[in-house]
Amino acid sequence: MNLLEVQNLKVHFPVKHGVLSRAREFVKAVDDVSFRIAPGETLGLVGESGCGKTTLGRAIVRLVEPTAGRVLFEGEDIAAMSAGECRMRRRRFQMIFQDPYSSLNPRMTLEDIIGEALDIHGLAESKSARAKRVAELLEAVGLDAAYAQRYPHEFSGGQRQRIGIARALAVEPKLIVCDEPVSALDVSVQAQIINLLQDLQQQHGIAYLFIAHDLAVVEHISRRVMVMYLGRIVELAEAKALIRSPKHPYTQALISAVPEVDAETKRQRIVLPGDVPSPIHPPPGCRFHPRCPIAQQPLCATASPEWRETGKNHWAACHLAKSDA
Amino acid sequence: MSLLEIRNLRLDFLAGDESLRAVDGVSLSLEAGETVCLVGESGCGKSVTAQSIARLVPTPPARYVGGEILLNGRDVLNMSPTELCNIRGGVVSYVFQEPGASLNPVFRVGAQIKESLKLHQPAKATDAEVIRLLKLVGIPAPESRMRNYPFEMSGGMQQRVMIAMALASEPKLLVADEPTTALDVTIQAQILDLLRDLKQRLGMAILLITHNLGIVGDMADRVAVMYAGQIVELAPARELLRRPLHPYTRALMASVPKLSDASRWGEATDEPAVANESAAATAREDARPTKRLQAIPGNVPRIGNFPAGCRFAPRCPMAKPECSNAIPELVEVEPGRWVRCPFWR
Repeated sequence: MNLLEVQNLKVHFPVKHGVLSRAREFVKAVDDVSFRIAPGETLGLVGESGCGKTTLGRAIVRLVEPTAGRVLFEGEDIAAMSAGECRMRRRRFQMIFQDPYSSLNPRMTLEDIIGEALDIHGLAESKSARAKRVAELLEAVGLDAAYAQRYPHEFSGGQRQRIGIARALAVEPKLIVCDEPVSALDVSVQAQIINLLQDLQQQHGIAYLFIAHDLAVVEHISRRVMVMYLGRIVELAEAKALIRSPKHPYTQALISAVPEVDAETKRQRIVLPGDVPSPIHPPPGCRFHPRCPIAQQPLCATASPEWRETGKNHWAACHLAKSDA
Repeated sequence: MSLLEIRNLRLDFLAGDESLRAVDGVSLSLEAGETVCLVGESGCGKSVTAQSIARLVPTPPARYVGGEILLNGRDVLNMSPTELCNIRGGVVSYVFQEPGASLNPVFRVGAQIKESLKLHQPAKATDAEVIRLLKLVGIPAPESRMRNYPFEMSGGMQQRVMIAMALASEPKLLVADEPTTALDVTIQAQILDLLRDLKQRLGMAILLITHNLGIVGDMADRVAVMYAGQIVELAPARELLRRPLHPYTRALMASVPKLSDASRWGEATDEPAVANESAAATAREDARPTKRLQAIPGNVPRIGNFPAGCRFAPRCPMAKPECSNAIPELVEVEPGRWVRCPFWR
């Protein structure tokens, strides 16, 4: 059974027009997205800024309200629950944020930051049990248990990200949405956090939705990866297959744009013209067609491409994507 | 004579009664038309070093303790304010990380480019020249775009405007401080292509600051790796990437995950994407062994807290007790390859 099943999820934000007039336009941040996550799996999500990947992650844990669609977590629709019900379910799914500087309350000690999660869900019977659990969690993420009475400002970025992870772990979740968990960290510290996330997954069987813009990091940590463009998923495949034989022209361009350390394996770079269009008025037909190097008129400009399986477990939304024989 | 020669630059930041060394004995030279990358993590002193070339670091809080910066043979650290004004933009131009924060939000971009022209080449301060520059950096419809305000442009477009402004005075040296860090990869590719193209057409030297080793492989002729205020390795880029010598450079390269080889697009992948059919839908992570990255333990040392002796020693996998005694010298171990570690073999 799937741990998480997202069906036709839409998140639209109204664009305000003044005091009296109603919003007439919407930013379609997430527009008809469906996917599944199995227990203990890591699903990567990549895309450029403004493509809706953070909104998608937040909608799944209901930090933003979905406009339409279903978010089935262990078979129950989170999107349709009352706020109170949803809050109790949050024990099963947590989130780790990008910026370890703004996501921890500077006035709370580590014990209170991590302990708050235990309090909300009534997971600590006594004060001493709470302190003991916090100490366990700090050690689980590689921090000294003696740090419990310190404040976030006493720690470096990497250590703070560990605190954020300990807070998410406190309630023993089955799914953690990781929104760019390493992109604010120094390069030499990123690997520590990635290894920690992998270790915790093995120990506790946690599934991750791992959102990032760094393709190499996503490929490393994920079993499957999906690519998002302008509010839609354009490709979904096993991590290696996606990187080695991308089907969607956007994925191909994205991969080719990654600067390569090794000069010998220099790949042919596909430079996309222009910028990402506005998600208020996405282009008709295939949303990528104005920048697509292989777009065919009039097909791509008029018909929205269907989501189809081009190879074993390899899905793409492109009229022209070749299927494996 | 080199275009730029930094010799034993030392710079402190004053914090209260303390004087904290941010740049400690950096020497680096740049020939005309060359691209050199300065690589390092936050707080290693790379930006301060680069900004010192036109003396952009405010003093105080900064204080130049020693060394010299020879630009075309003249020491920037001893220049008068008028002379500094002439070299800023005239000889060396800057492109910074956040184009949105570097542009003035209340002036049209064309006017901002013209301002740079007025200062350095008053005769050329015309709309036609602004249009030529915008065209040079690949902005479509420059005639109408020059009337845009910065907020009307995307980040990639803003960075192109910044580059146009930097090029207006035809500098000999372009210092690009993380010019693509705030941009998406596809836009980053556009900007890097533009810089490479401009360098060839205009013959300027580029000092490119980055923390991304991929960009080094893409752009650099030579590369200097900085750690905690010092250059720890200096080498031709290809050689350094193929065979890093300093333990920090090695550890850094080993800790970064690399993209699978995608150079064989169109061919069949050498392993089936999914092992077997029934397990496909619910295949678990154990389908492939979890690789671990080789993380560097500990944290990047902060200014004022640099360890004694070799500054990388506390995090170094090959550290010996004597590493903490004295700071090792930067030594030329092979022609053109400098390493600050006696145990690099």
